Amino acid sequence: MTVPTHHPGDTLLIDYAGGALGEAASLIVATHLALCPCCRLNVAEMEAVGGALLESIEPEEVDPACLETVLARLDDLPPLPRAPRPKLVCQPAEVPLLPEPLRRYVGNDLSRLPWKRLMRGMDCYDIPLASGSESRGKARLMRLASGVGPPHHTHRGIELTLVLDGGFTDDPGQFARGDLSVADDSVRHRPVADEEGCLCLAVTDAPLRFTGALGLILNPFVTF
Amino acid sequence: MQDLGSPAAGADRTFEDLLTAVGRDRDRAAFAALFGHFAPRLKAYLRRQGCDEGGAEELVQDVMLLVWRRAETYDPTQASAGTWVFTIARNKRIDALRREQRPEIDPADPTLVPDPVESADDGVAARETAGRLKAALKTLPPEQADLLRLAYFEDKPHSQISVEQGIPLGTVKSRLRLAMERLRKAMRDSR
Ligand SMILES: [Zn+2]
Repeated sequence: MTVPTHHPGDTLLIDYAGGALGEAASLIVATHLALCPCCRLNVAEMEAVGGALLESIEPEEVDPACLETVLARLDDLPPLPRAPRPKLVCQPAEVPLLPEPLRRYVGNDLSRLPWKRLMRGMDCYDIPLASGSESRGKARLMRLASGVGPPHHTHRGIELTLVLDGGFTDDPGQFARGDLSVADDSVRHRPVADEEGCLCLAVTDAPLRFTGALGLILNPFVTF
Repeated sequence: MQDLGSPAAGADRTFEDLLTAVGRDRDRAAFAALFGHFAPRLKAYLRRQGCDEGGAEELVQDVMLLVWRRAETYDPTQASAGTWVFTIARNKRIDALRREQRPEIDPADPTLVPDPVESADDGVAARETAGRLKAALKTLPPEQADLLRLAYFEDKPHSQISVEQGIPLGTVKSRLRLAMERLRKAMRDSR
Protein backbone atom coordinates (compact mmCIF):
# COMPACT_ATOMS: atom_id res chain seq x y z
CA MET A 1 0.00 0.00 0.00
CA THR A 2 1.35 3.39 -0.87
CA VAL A 3 1.60 6.15 1.67
CA PRO A 4 0.79 9.78 0.96
CA THR A 5 3.47 12.24 -0.14
CA HIS A 6 1.58 15.48 0.61
CA HIS A 7 0.95 16.06 4.32
CA PRO A 8 -0.82 18.67 6.46
CA GLY A 9 2.46 19.80 8.06
CA ASP A 10 3.41 20.34 11.69
CA THR A 11 1.37 23.45 12.43
CA LEU A 12 -1.93 22.04 11.23
CA LEU A 13 -1.25 18.78 13.08
CA ILE A 14 -0.53 20.75 16.26
CA ASP A 15 -3.87 22.54 15.83
CA TYR A 16 -5.54 19.14 15.50
CA ALA A 17 -3.69 17.54 18.43
CA GLY A 18 -4.42 20.52 20.66
CA GLY A 19 -8.07 20.56 19.65
CA ALA A 20 -8.09 24.05 18.13
CA LEU A 21 -9.38 23.03 14.69
CA GLY A 22 -13.08 23.18 13.94
CA GLU A 23 -15.02 20.06 13.10
CA ALA A 24 -14.65 20.38 9.32
CA ALA A 25 -10.87 20.79 9.38
CA SER A 26 -10.55 18.08 12.04
CA LEU A 27 -12.52 15.73 9.80
CA ILE A 28 -10.16 16.16 6.87
CA VAL A 29 -7.02 15.90 9.03
CA ALA A 30 -8.31 12.78 10.81
CA THR A 31 -9.23 11.17 7.48
CA HIS A 32 -5.70 11.87 6.24
CA LEU A 33 -4.38 10.25 9.44
CA ALA A 34 -6.26 7.05 8.61
CA LEU A 35 -4.28 6.88 5.38
CA CYS A 36 -0.94 8.17 6.71
CA PRO A 37 0.93 6.23 9.45
CA CYS A 38 3.66 8.85 9.50
CA CYS A 39 1.33 11.71 10.47
CA ARG A 40 -0.37 9.41 12.99
CA LEU A 41 2.94 9.04 14.80
CA ASN A 42 3.43 12.80 14.71
CA VAL A 43 0.00 13.41 16.23
CA ALA A 44 0.62 10.85 18.97
CA GLU A 45 3.79 12.76 19.86
CA MET A 46 1.96 16.07 19.73
CA GLU A 47 -0.63 14.69 22.13
CA ALA A 48 2.26 13.74 24.42
CA VAL A 49 3.30 17.41 24.24
CA GLY A 50 -0.25 18.32 25.28
CA GLY A 51 0.11 15.94 28.22
CA ALA A 52 3.42 17.50 29.24
CA LEU A 53 1.93 21.01 28.99
CA LEU A 54 -1.02 19.95 31.15
CA GLU A 55 1.42 18.58 33.73
CA SER A 56 3.36 21.84 33.76
CA ILE A 57 0.37 24.20 33.96
CA GLU A 58 0.00 26.31 37.12
CA PRO A 59 -2.68 24.35 39.06
CA GLU A 60 -5.80 26.09 40.35
CA GLU A 61 -7.33 25.02 43.64
CA VAL A 62 -10.47 22.94 43.30
CA ASP A 63 -13.29 23.06 45.85
CA PRO A 64 -12.78 19.97 48.07
CA ALA A 65 -16.50 19.21 47.74
CA CYS A 66 -15.82 18.33 44.07
CA LEU A 67 -14.02 15.13 44.96
CA GLU A 68 -16.84 14.10 47.31
CA THR A 69 -19.41 14.78 44.59
CA VAL A 70 -17.48 12.77 42.04
CA LEU A 71 -16.90 9.86 44.43
CA ALA A 72 -20.61 9.78 45.24
CA ARG A 73 -21.40 9.54 41.53
CA LEU A 74 -19.01 6.68 40.75
CA ASP A 75 -21.47 4.02 41.86
CA ASP A 76 -24.12 5.21 39.46
CA LEU A 77 -21.77 4.75 36.54
CA PRO A 78 -20.99 1.37 35.09
CA PRO A 79 -17.66 1.35 33.26
CA LEU A 80 -18.16 2.10 29.59
CA PRO A 81 -18.42 -1.09 27.63
CA ARG A 82 -15.11 -1.91 26.04
CA ALA A 83 -15.03 -0.51 22.55
CA PRO A 84 -15.96 -3.49 20.43
CA ARG A 85 -12.73 -4.57 18.77
CA PRO A 86 -14.02 -6.29 15.67
CA LYS A 87 -10.95 -8.43 15.19
CA LEU A 88 -12.88 -10.21 12.52
CA VAL A 89 -12.02 -13.83 12.05
CA CYS A 90 -12.68 -13.39 8.38
CA GLN A 91 -11.79 -10.00 7.00
CA PRO A 92 -14.65 -8.35 5.16
CA ALA A 93 -14.52 -9.31 1.52
CA GLU A 94 -14.40 -5.69 0.52
CA VAL A 95 -12.46 -2.94 2.24
CA PRO A 96 -14.56 0.22 2.16
CA LEU A 97 -13.29 3.02 -0.07
CA LEU A 98 -13.80 5.75 2.49
CA PRO A 99 -11.90 5.53 5.78
CA GLU A 100 -13.21 6.53 9.18
CA PRO A 101 -14.03 9.08 10.43
CA LEU A 102 -15.33 10.23 7.02
CA ARG A 103 -17.42 7.07 6.52
CA ARG A 104 -19.40 7.88 9.66
CA TYR A 105 -20.38 11.21 8.10
CA VAL A 106 -21.32 10.14 4.58
CA GLY A 107 -21.77 6.36 4.61
CA ASN A 108 -20.00 4.19 2.08
CA ASP A 109 -22.48 4.20 -0.78
CA LEU A 110 -21.63 7.31 -2.71
CA SER A 111 -24.36 6.69 -5.27
CA ARG A 112 -27.00 7.27 -2.60
CA LEU A 113 -25.81 10.76 -1.76
CA PRO A 114 -27.81 13.71 -3.10
CA TRP A 115 -25.08 15.03 -5.38
CA LYS A 116 -25.44 18.55 -6.65
CA ARG A 117 -24.12 19.54 -10.06
CA LEU A 118 -21.90 22.59 -9.96
CA MET A 119 -20.85 22.52 -13.59
CA ARG A 120 -20.25 20.00 -16.29
CA GLY A 121 -17.97 17.29 -14.88
CA MET A 122 -18.15 18.57 -11.34
CA ASP A 123 -20.57 17.43 -8.63
CA CYS A 124 -20.56 18.05 -4.92
CA TYR A 125 -22.19 16.93 -1.71
CA ASP A 126 -22.19 19.18 1.36
CA ILE A 127 -21.48 17.15 4.48
CA PRO A 128 -23.70 17.91 7.47
CA LEU A 129 -21.64 18.58 10.59
CA ALA A 130 -22.66 18.13 14.20
CA SER A 131 -22.01 21.77 14.89
CA GLY A 132 -24.68 22.75 12.38
CA SER A 133 -23.34 26.24 12.05
CA GLU A 134 -20.92 26.86 9.23
CA SER A 135 -19.15 29.64 11.04
CA ARG A 136 -16.34 27.25 11.90
CA GLY A 137 -15.85 25.71 8.51
CA LYS A 138 -17.52 23.69 5.85
CA ALA A 139 -16.82 20.25 4.39
CA ARG A 140 -17.90 18.89 1.03
CA LEU A 141 -17.24 15.90 -1.18
CA MET A 142 -16.26 16.78 -4.74
CA ARG A 143 -16.40 14.53 -7.77
CA LEU A 144 -14.50 15.67 -10.84
CA ALA A 145 -14.44 14.13 -14.27
CA SER A 146 -11.19 13.58 -16.10
CA GLY A 147 -9.49 16.78 -17.17
CA VAL A 148 -11.83 19.10 -15.31
CA GLY A 149 -10.14 22.18 -13.96
CA PRO A 150 -12.55 24.30 -12.01
CA PRO A 151 -12.57 28.05 -12.47
CA HIS A 152 -10.60 30.04 -9.96
CA HIS A 153 -12.21 31.61 -6.98
CA THR A 154 -10.59 33.88 -4.54
CA HIS A 155 -11.57 34.38 -0.97
CA ARG A 156 -10.16 34.38 2.51
CA GLY A 157 -9.80 31.18 4.48
CA ILE A 158 -7.78 28.03 4.66
CA GLU A 159 -8.64 25.41 2.11
CA LEU A 160 -7.71 21.81 2.46
CA THR A 161 -8.28 19.17 -0.19
CA LEU A 162 -7.84 15.45 0.44
CA VAL A 163 -7.84 12.98 -2.44
CA LEU A 164 -9.94 9.87 -1.74
CA ASP A 165 -9.88 8.26 -5.17
CA GLY A 166 -8.26 9.06 -8.50
CA GLY A 167 -6.16 12.17 -8.37
CA PHE A 168 -5.33 15.63 -9.62
CA THR A 169 -2.31 17.52 -10.78
CA ASP A 170 -1.47 20.95 -9.50
CA ASP A 171 1.55 23.23 -9.54
CA PRO A 172 3.03 21.57 -6.45
CA GLY A 173 2.74 18.18 -8.14
CA GLN A 174 0.64 15.07 -8.37
CA PHE A 175 -1.99 14.34 -5.73
CA ALA A 176 -3.25 10.76 -5.23
CA ARG A 177 -5.28 8.93 -2.57
CA GLY A 178 -4.38 10.18 0.90
CA ASP A 179 -2.58 13.29 -0.31
CA LEU A 180 -3.66 16.51 1.31
CA SER A 181 -3.27 19.86 -0.39
CA VAL A 182 -3.05 22.97 1.78
CA ALA A 183 -3.90 26.09 -0.17
CA ASP A 184 -2.13 29.24 0.80
CA ASP A 185 -1.41 32.45 -0.99
CA SER A 186 2.13 31.49 -1.84
CA VAL A 187 1.08 28.96 -4.46
CA ARG A 188 -1.01 29.62 -7.50
CA HIS A 189 -3.32 26.70 -7.92
CA ARG A 190 -4.52 25.34 -11.24
CA PRO A 191 -5.66 21.87 -10.31
CA VAL A 192 -6.79 19.52 -13.06
CA ALA A 193 -8.34 16.12 -12.38
CA ASP A 194 -6.34 13.17 -13.69
CA GLU A 195 -7.49 10.79 -16.39
CA GLU A 196 -9.40 8.54 -13.99
CA GLY A 197 -11.18 11.53 -12.47
CA CYS A 198 -10.99 12.56 -8.85
CA LEU A 199 -13.02 12.12 -5.68
CA CYS A 200 -11.94 14.41 -2.90
CA LEU A 201 -12.94 15.96 0.39
CA ALA A 202 -12.61 19.74 0.51
CA VAL A 203 -12.77 21.96 3.56
CA THR A 204 -12.68 25.64 4.32
CA ASP A 205 -11.98 26.66 7.86
CA ALA A 206 -14.02 29.57 9.12
CA PRO A 207 -13.12 32.38 6.75
CA LEU A 208 -14.45 35.04 9.10
CA ARG A 209 -11.94 34.20 11.77
CA PHE A 210 -9.08 35.10 9.48
CA THR A 211 -10.32 38.30 7.94
CA GLY A 212 -7.60 40.67 7.06
CA ALA A 213 -4.63 38.65 8.10
CA LEU A 214 -4.05 36.18 5.35
CA GLY A 215 -4.92 38.20 2.34
CA LEU A 216 -6.43 36.61 -0.69
CA ILE A 217 -6.06 32.94 -1.14
CA LEU A 218 -6.61 31.01 -4.29
CA ASN A 219 -8.95 28.14 -3.80
CA PRO A 220 -8.15 24.96 -5.73
CA PHE A 221 -11.63 23.54 -6.02
CA VAL A 222 -14.21 25.05 -3.83
CA THR A 223 -16.20 28.15 -3.58
CA PHE A 224 -18.40 28.23 -0.52
CA MET B 1 -13.35 5.83 52.89
CA GLN B 2 -11.13 7.54 55.46
CA ASP B 3 -7.99 6.77 53.46
CA LEU B 4 -9.20 8.40 50.28
CA GLY B 5 -6.88 11.08 49.05
CA SER B 6 -4.32 10.58 51.77
CA PRO B 7 -0.74 10.79 50.55
CA ALA B 8 -0.26 7.12 51.35
CA ALA B 9 -2.77 6.23 48.68
CA GLY B 10 -0.45 7.25 45.90
CA ALA B 11 2.93 7.97 47.41
CA ASP B 12 4.80 5.01 46.00
CA ARG B 13 2.79 4.55 42.83
CA THR B 14 3.16 6.43 39.57
CA PHE B 15 0.11 8.04 37.99
CA GLU B 16 0.31 5.33 35.35
CA ASP B 17 0.11 2.69 38.12
CA LEU B 18 -2.85 4.50 39.64
CA LEU B 19 -4.73 4.66 36.34
CA THR B 20 -4.06 0.98 35.74
CA ALA B 21 -5.36 0.19 39.24
CA VAL B 22 -8.54 2.14 38.56
CA GLY B 23 -9.06 0.29 35.30
CA ARG B 24 -8.31 -3.15 36.71
CA ASP B 25 -9.63 -3.00 40.29
CA ARG B 26 -11.96 0.02 40.35
CA ASP B 27 -9.55 1.27 43.03
CA ARG B 28 -11.16 4.32 44.65
CA ALA B 29 -8.11 5.39 46.62
CA ALA B 30 -6.12 5.38 43.39
CA PHE B 31 -8.83 7.42 41.74
CA ALA B 32 -8.82 9.96 44.59
CA ALA B 33 -5.04 10.32 44.26
CA LEU B 34 -5.42 10.92 40.50
CA PHE B 35 -8.11 13.48 41.23
CA GLY B 36 -5.82 15.27 43.68
CA HIS B 37 -3.16 15.61 41.01
CA PHE B 38 -5.13 16.20 37.84
CA ALA B 39 -8.25 18.11 38.96
CA PRO B 40 -6.40 21.38 39.75
CA ARG B 41 -4.49 21.13 36.44
CA LEU B 42 -7.66 20.38 34.50
CA LYS B 43 -9.33 23.35 36.15
CA ALA B 44 -6.48 25.63 35.08
CA TYR B 45 -6.67 24.18 31.56
CA LEU B 46 -10.43 24.73 31.31
CA ARG B 47 -10.16 28.26 32.71
CA ARG B 48 -7.75 29.09 29.90
CA GLN B 49 -10.30 27.71 27.45
CA GLY B 50 -12.71 30.37 28.65
CA CYS B 51 -14.68 28.57 31.38
CA ASP B 52 -15.76 30.54 34.43
CA GLU B 53 -14.95 29.24 37.92
CA GLY B 54 -18.12 27.18 38.37
CA GLY B 55 -18.25 25.91 34.80
CA ALA B 56 -14.62 24.79 35.04
CA GLU B 57 -15.23 22.82 38.23
CA GLU B 58 -18.26 21.14 36.73
CA LEU B 59 -16.32 20.13 33.64
CA VAL B 60 -13.43 18.89 35.80
CA GLN B 61 -15.91 16.52 37.44
CA ASP B 62 -17.19 15.33 34.06
CA VAL B 63 -13.64 14.72 32.82
CA MET B 64 -12.69 12.81 35.97
CA LEU B 65 -15.83 10.68 35.67
CA LEU B 66 -14.78 9.82 32.12
CA VAL B 67 -11.33 8.91 33.46
CA TRP B 68 -13.05 6.51 35.87
CA ARG B 69 -15.23 4.98 33.19
CA ARG B 70 -12.55 4.66 30.51
CA ALA B 71 -9.63 3.62 32.71
CA GLU B 72 -10.04 0.03 31.54
CA THR B 73 -8.87 1.05 28.07
CA TYR B 74 -5.74 2.82 29.34
CA ASP B 75 -2.49 1.32 28.04
CA PRO B 76 0.70 2.59 29.77
CA THR B 77 2.87 1.63 26.77
CA GLN B 78 0.83 3.91 24.52
CA ALA B 79 0.54 7.09 26.58
CA SER B 80 1.59 8.57 29.90
CA ALA B 81 -1.21 9.26 32.37
CA GLY B 82 -0.91 13.00 31.66
CA THR B 83 -1.22 12.50 27.91
CA TRP B 84 -4.21 10.21 28.28
CA VAL B 85 -6.00 12.61 30.62
CA PHE B 86 -5.17 15.50 28.28
CA THR B 87 -6.86 13.80 25.30
CA ILE B 88 -9.98 13.07 27.37
CA ALA B 89 -10.16 16.67 28.60
CA ARG B 90 -9.56 18.06 25.10
CA ASN B 91 -12.39 15.99 23.60
CA LYS B 92 -14.75 16.73 26.48
CA ARG B 93 -14.31 20.48 26.21
CA ILE B 94 -14.80 20.41 22.42
CA ASP B 95 -18.05 18.57 23.08
CA ALA B 96 -19.15 20.76 25.99
CA LEU B 97 -17.93 24.22 24.99
CA ARG B 98 -18.25 24.03 21.21
CA ARG B 99 -21.00 21.44 20.83
CA GLU B 100 -18.95 19.79 18.13
CA GLN B 101 -17.83 16.27 17.50
CA ARG B 102 -14.16 15.52 17.37
CA PRO B 103 -13.50 13.35 14.32
CA GLU B 104 -10.86 10.72 15.09
CA ILE B 105 -9.51 7.63 13.39
CA ASP B 106 -10.90 4.23 14.26
CA PRO B 107 -7.97 1.88 14.94
CA ALA B 108 -10.16 -1.10 13.98
CA ASP B 109 -11.17 0.36 10.59
CA PRO B 110 -10.21 -2.10 7.80
CA THR B 111 -9.51 0.92 5.55
CA LEU B 112 -6.83 2.26 7.91
CA VAL B 113 -3.38 2.08 6.34
CA PRO B 114 -1.35 0.15 8.94
CA ASP B 115 1.98 1.23 10.37
CA PRO B 116 4.77 -0.05 8.12
CA VAL B 117 6.63 -1.82 10.95
CA GLU B 118 5.95 -2.36 14.62
CA SER B 119 7.50 0.68 16.20
CA ALA B 120 10.79 -0.01 17.90
CA ASP B 121 9.71 1.46 21.20
CA ASP B 122 7.22 -1.26 22.03
CA GLY B 123 7.35 -1.94 25.72
CA VAL B 124 9.15 1.28 26.55
CA ALA B 125 6.84 2.93 29.03
CA ALA B 126 5.42 6.16 27.69
CA ARG B 127 6.23 7.51 31.13
CA GLU B 128 9.96 7.58 30.33
CA THR B 129 9.34 9.49 27.13
CA ALA B 130 7.14 11.90 29.05
CA GLY B 131 9.97 12.54 31.50
CA ARG B 132 12.38 13.50 28.72
CA LEU B 133 9.69 15.59 27.10
CA LYS B 134 9.04 17.52 30.30
CA ALA B 135 12.74 18.31 30.63
CA ALA B 136 12.97 19.40 26.98
CA LEU B 137 9.95 21.67 27.40
CA LYS B 138 11.90 23.65 30.00
CA THR B 139 14.75 24.25 27.57
CA LEU B 140 12.61 25.82 24.84
CA PRO B 141 13.21 29.52 24.13
CA PRO B 142 10.40 31.53 25.80
CA GLU B 143 8.93 32.75 22.50
CA GLN B 144 8.53 29.16 21.34
CA ALA B 145 7.15 27.88 24.65
CA ASP B 146 4.64 30.76 24.84
CA LEU B 147 3.27 30.02 21.38
CA LEU B 148 3.05 26.34 22.16
CA ARG B 149 0.94 27.08 25.25
CA LEU B 150 -1.34 29.36 23.24
CA ALA B 151 -1.77 26.65 20.61
CA TYR B 152 -2.70 23.97 23.14
CA PHE B 153 -4.58 25.97 25.73
CA GLU B 154 -6.59 28.66 23.98
CA ASP B 155 -8.71 26.86 21.39
CA LYS B 156 -7.23 28.96 18.61
CA PRO B 157 -5.62 27.65 15.44
CA HIS B 158 -2.17 29.03 14.70
CA SER B 159 -3.56 31.36 12.03
CA GLN B 160 -5.75 33.09 14.60
CA ILE B 161 -2.91 33.26 17.12
CA SER B 162 -0.94 35.09 14.46
CA VAL B 163 -3.72 37.68 14.06
CA GLU B 164 -4.29 38.21 17.76
CA GLN B 165 -0.65 38.32 18.81
CA GLY B 166 0.32 40.47 15.85
CA ILE B 167 3.03 37.96 14.91
CA PRO B 168 3.41 37.23 11.19
CA LEU B 169 1.96 33.85 10.22
CA GLY B 170 5.32 32.64 8.90
CA THR B 171 6.95 33.42 12.24
CA VAL B 172 4.22 31.60 14.18
CA LYS B 173 4.67 28.57 11.96
CA SER B 174 8.43 28.49 12.15
CA ARG B 175 8.46 28.90 15.95
CA LEU B 176 5.97 26.08 16.38
CA ARG B 177 7.94 23.91 13.97
CA LEU B 178 11.23 24.59 15.74
CA ALA B 179 9.65 23.83 19.12
CA MET B 180 8.17 20.60 17.83
CA GLU B 181 11.46 19.53 16.22
CA ARG B 182 13.28 19.90 19.51
CA LEU B 183 10.58 18.09 21.48
CA ARG B 184 10.37 15.31 18.91
CA LYS B 185 14.12 14.82 19.15
CA ALA B 186 13.84 14.50 22.94
CA MET B 187 11.04 11.95 22.60
CA ARG B 188 12.85 9.83 20.00
CA ASP B 189 16.35 10.19 21.42
CA SER B 190 16.60 7.23 23.75
CA ARG B 191 16.82 4.64 21.02
ZN1 LIG C 1 0.62 12.54 6.42
